[in-house]
Amino acid sequence: MYLARVIGTIWATRKDESLVGTKMQLIQPMDRFMKNSGEPLVAIDTVGAGQGETVYYVTAREASIPLRRALSPVDASIVGIVDTIENY
Amino acid sequence: MILARVIGTVWATRKDEKLQGLKLQIVRPVTLDYKDREGFLVAVDAVGAGVGEVVLVVQGSSARQTSATENKPVDATIMAIVDKLDAT
Repeated sequence: MYLARVIGTIWATRKDESLVGTKMQLIQPMDRFMKNSGEPLVAIDTVGAGQGETVYYVTAREASIPLRRALSPVDASIVGIVDTIENY
Repeated sequence: MILARVIGTVWATRKDEKLQGLKLQIVRPVTLDYKDREGFLVAVDAVGAGVGEVVLVVQGSSARQTSATENKPVDATIMAIVDKLDAT
């Protein structure tokens, strides 16, 4: 899993039918010091994250698991909202 | 998923037989303000995107998770057409 910040929302009316009703968010990957790291990407949101929140997300095929559908073309999925991070 | 713009179409007569009937598009990754990023990809079009449209591209094994690409040798699929995005 990776850390990111939710930076926006995206609307797409025409999409694969398995994704109808799915919320998608724009996220900016971050390092553990909350600094931006890499390019923003689009992830589905099954936990109800809001704009500006720090989240963690999974990538690749595992990202479609939270949707619980046989087929869903998803390669990034927000799976948790971060309360705090403690660095040692 | 990444944001990209459709910049061309690929025709290939000789290909894996499982790819018969699939539409192949050339897509270029773009930033949140739709400016070009480096590189390009060939992606299967599962939603009927046209040249110039901004789309979402799913990569890796998740690209096979649509009814059009299931069990086919595909690692990038256009699975949504972007109407609008709102990023901070």
